[in-house]
Amino acid sequence: MLHFLLLFSRQGKLRLQKWFVPISDREKKKVIRDMMMLVLPRQPRTSNFLHWKDLKIVYKRYASLYFCTGLAEQDNELLALEVLHRYVELLDKYFGNVCELDIIFNFEKAYFILDEFLMAGEILETSKFAVNLSMEQADTLQETMEEYMSKPAY
Amino acid sequence: MSPSVPLQEMIRAIRSARTQCEERGVIQRECAAIRAQFRNTDNEGRSHNLAKLLYVHMLGYPAHFGQMECVRMIASPRYSDKRVGYLGAMMLLDEKQDASLLITNSIKNDLSHSNQYVQSLALCTLACMGSAEMCRDLAPEIDRLLRSSNSYIKKKAALCAVHIVRKVRELGELFVPSARSLLSEKNHGVLHGAVVLITQLCEQSPETLERFRKTVPDLVQIMKGLVISGYSPDHDVAGVSDPFLQVRILRLLRILGRHNEAASDAMNDLLAQVATNTDSTKTVGNAVLYETVLTVLDIKSESGLRVLAVNILGRFLLNNDRNIRYIAMTSLQKIVVTDHIAVQRHRGTIVDCLKDQDASVKRRALELSLALVSASNIRSTMKELLIFLSSCPPELRAHAASGIFNAAERYAPSQRWHIDTILHVLTTAGADVRDETVPNLIQLITNTSELHCYTVHKLYRALLTDISQQPLVQVACWCIGEYGDLLLKGECQETEAVQVTEDDVLDALEIVLQSHMSTPTTRGFALTATMKLSTRIIDNVDRIRSVVSIYGSCIDVELQQRAVEYNALFKKYDHMRAAVLERMPVIQKNSVGQTNGEVGEETVKESQAAKVAQKEMALPPQPAGQVCDLLDLLGGSQEPLQPSSSLGGAASTQPTTAGGDLLDLLGGLEPTPPTPAPAVTVYEKNGVTLTISCEQQSDSGLTVTLTASNSSDSDISGFTLQAAVPKSVQLQMRAPSRDSLPANGAAKLTQLVILNNPNKVNLKMRIRVSYTSQGSAVQDMVQVDSFPGIGAAGL
Repeated sequence: MLHFLLLFSRQGKLRLQKWFVPISDREKKKVIRDMMMLVLPRQPRTSNFLHWKDLKIVYKRYASLYFCTGLAEQDNELLALEVLHRYVELLDKYFGNVCELDIIFNFEKAYFILDEFLMAGEILETSKFAVNLSMEQADTLQETMEEYMSKPAY
Repeated sequence: MSPSVPLQEMIRAIRSARTQCEERGVIQRECAAIRAQFRNTDNEGRSHNLAKLLYVHMLGYPAHFGQMECVRMIASPRYSDKRVGYLGAMMLLDEKQDASLLITNSIKNDLSHSNQYVQSLALCTLACMGSAEMCRDLAPEIDRLLRSSNSYIKKKAALCAVHIVRKVRELGELFVPSARSLLSEKNHGVLHGAVVLITQLCEQSPETLERFRKTVPDLVQIMKGLVISGYSPDHDVAGVSDPFLQVRILRLLRILGRHNEAASDAMNDLLAQVATNTDSTKTVGNAVLYETVLTVLDIKSESGLRVLAVNILGRFLLNNDRNIRYIAMTSLQKIVVTDHIAVQRHRGTIVDCLKDQDASVKRRALELSLALVSASNIRSTMKELLIFLSSCPPELRAHAASGIFNAAERYAPSQRWHIDTILHVLTTAGADVRDETVPNLIQLITNTSELHCYTVHKLYRALLTDISQQPLVQVACWCIGEYGDLLLKGECQETEAVQVTEDDVLDALEIVLQSHMSTPTTRGFALTATMKLSTRIIDNVDRIRSVVSIYGSCIDVELQQRAVEYNALFKKYDHMRAAVLERMPVIQKNSVGQTNGEVGEETVKESQAAKVAQKEMALPPQPAGQVCDLLDLLGGSQEPLQPSSSLGGAASTQPTTAGGDLLDLLGGLEPTPPTPAPAVTVYEKNGVTLTISCEQQSDSGLTVTLTASNSSDSDISGFTLQAAVPKSVQLQMRAPSRDSLPANGAAKLTQLVILNNPNKVNLKMRIRVSYTSQGSAVQDMVQVDSFPGIGAAGL
């Protein structure tokens, strides 16, 4: 089970945070700080796995963004790398050649995609096409509803 | 999708702020605007306002005033409002907030909404932040949804059920039937959810585990389908068909096959097939292989399969990818105890990984290497470990050093190798070794008497090169003090002897004494060593005297204490000096807690320095020579001597340790405790009388009081008593009240002996009396077989 998923930039700016366990705001801030302190100074050719408290931390750097997640003891770290990679692929398909700015300006969409892929710390849908399909349909629904209400889009 | 312009404008504004202060200003303005708009009940643009607030929240600013707005948005009929509302609920609300209860009703309504995307929003939010009450409320709904015909909803309901079961264990029962039926689904998403749900149910309850064991054949079937199926574009990842599902199924099989022969047999073939057929060139294939290996090693698999698994781990070790080496070593660590021989085969690769760049890999390699050390490979492994120690990262040094010591202690092929290894460690990583290394090493050196010459020469050389490593310096000082005469003799069989003069040795010790790098403990060692040399050298005793008297006014209390007492040893008690500073006997290896002459007297000194701080009087120390003689005392019999604590303490040539006994002495100076048991005379000769009386303190403890008196016409001086008891009995002698017996019984001498007889053996004691009378030394021995006051069956 994933405990959390964080995206942050090389300068230490948080771009996305998803928590799968109930913890207080202060705890969240502490975890974010700790993760940044652990991950940002890592050398490029070191292993992607760390140990922190009782969690296994798996991180991967994609361009300017670090994707960092915390796993429980029995989870498979190599698979977690695949999960991170799959999420990046989904973002890429949705935004078309995704970059950090896309995630900054459309952060709510990034969350929606994540919610179609992961839930309760586990993988929800293993097929890329299915996730993309449901995103498209949900977006259509949003627009249709809005058109139906004949209100402008914004 | 239409981007939210107000939101994007705000983000642009925030990003263009050049300083933190500016950013805060922008955000405050925006938050004020958002708050105003929340109060405004107008429908337009509500979702964008909330989205703006969520962005601000992600930057780390407070956003709790948006919670009620979330609740309102969720209740709105518009899908876009709901979408952002639920997102806000997941980000701003958690189960501890009161507002979270308000959305329970909305969630309940939305779970039965006609549109599946609205349903999915509700399910997602419930799975993210549902509290225990909410879960209890909505569990029946979720169960109903698990049985719906819509796969999209079913898979979400399955994971929602997982969350519910984690929060409220008792509800697990509710989901068991639906979970079982979900296994026959074709949709991978639903299947995955079902497997996760079943895993969660089995982990939580052993009875449920038993019931789900029957599903093993089904799972094996599904797995086989995945492994041998052709390319399916929907689920393929780098040639592996749906690795996520495969890994989950393997994990469930692991749980089901644990401790169960039948289940393990059923999955044997499948595991072998997966292990051999999975492509291991990409990470994805390795992830599946890894899970397979974990499963094989955890269930009751047959030995052929286990060997296959360990071989896969061995292959991982040779992989170029650092991640894979790391997890290989983690897994090997888990099985090194059970499958020791299999892991030994890969020892070479593991030891090579010590040279890896990555610190985590190094750490794993170190732990594994230490676990694999055995009598046959100790020499080669130790060579590698010592090389590692010289280049290892600082955080691993302490661990490596202690691991090396342990291994050396258990498997040392020879004493000399052992000493060499320890010396090597001390020179390379001396600052990081643990505190008990010094006394342990001292004990080891004392015990290898044939290597004293070799050891002291090596240590002297090491001391000359580097005095910054404290443990090394401490041991070196101790050895030079003890075996200085061997050093000065200038000849040695095992190593090239170093020709030193007494001045050189004293110079070396003085450098240590004065160096700013030496800790107080080290200086204490050096001072003691200097003092000990006073009996081992011939010419420079005056130099030693001057050194000792200089430190008599040192600021450090401990050093001053020692210097003052050594001074006293030179002046008043010069006749005792030779005896006091004699060679140390072989130290008995005792368990921690006993103070019988073990564990570097230095540590004893440290603890008692505080106690002694206020005492100035130097108690005449028991001559160390007595300890050696006591060993002779037992020449004929098989009863080993337990040196008394005061003797052991004093044998350290430090009167300070006797200070600890001083406290006891002060206790003993009170009127001697009334002895209900009668005193029995055990020795009477030449006017010297020795009586003993006993008092039983506890079930196995006994206090014996020895009283001596002198009825002759001449004074007796230097009166000492020594005692020996059977092997299993522990003996502790307190300091005597005095050491001389004036003539005609003017004063008596009492000494307390504490005995502990846990095994209740027949208690005997041999006492040796030695004293000087009329200029001649007298020694005599007496054996006590029966103790007054103790019943025959008693002690």
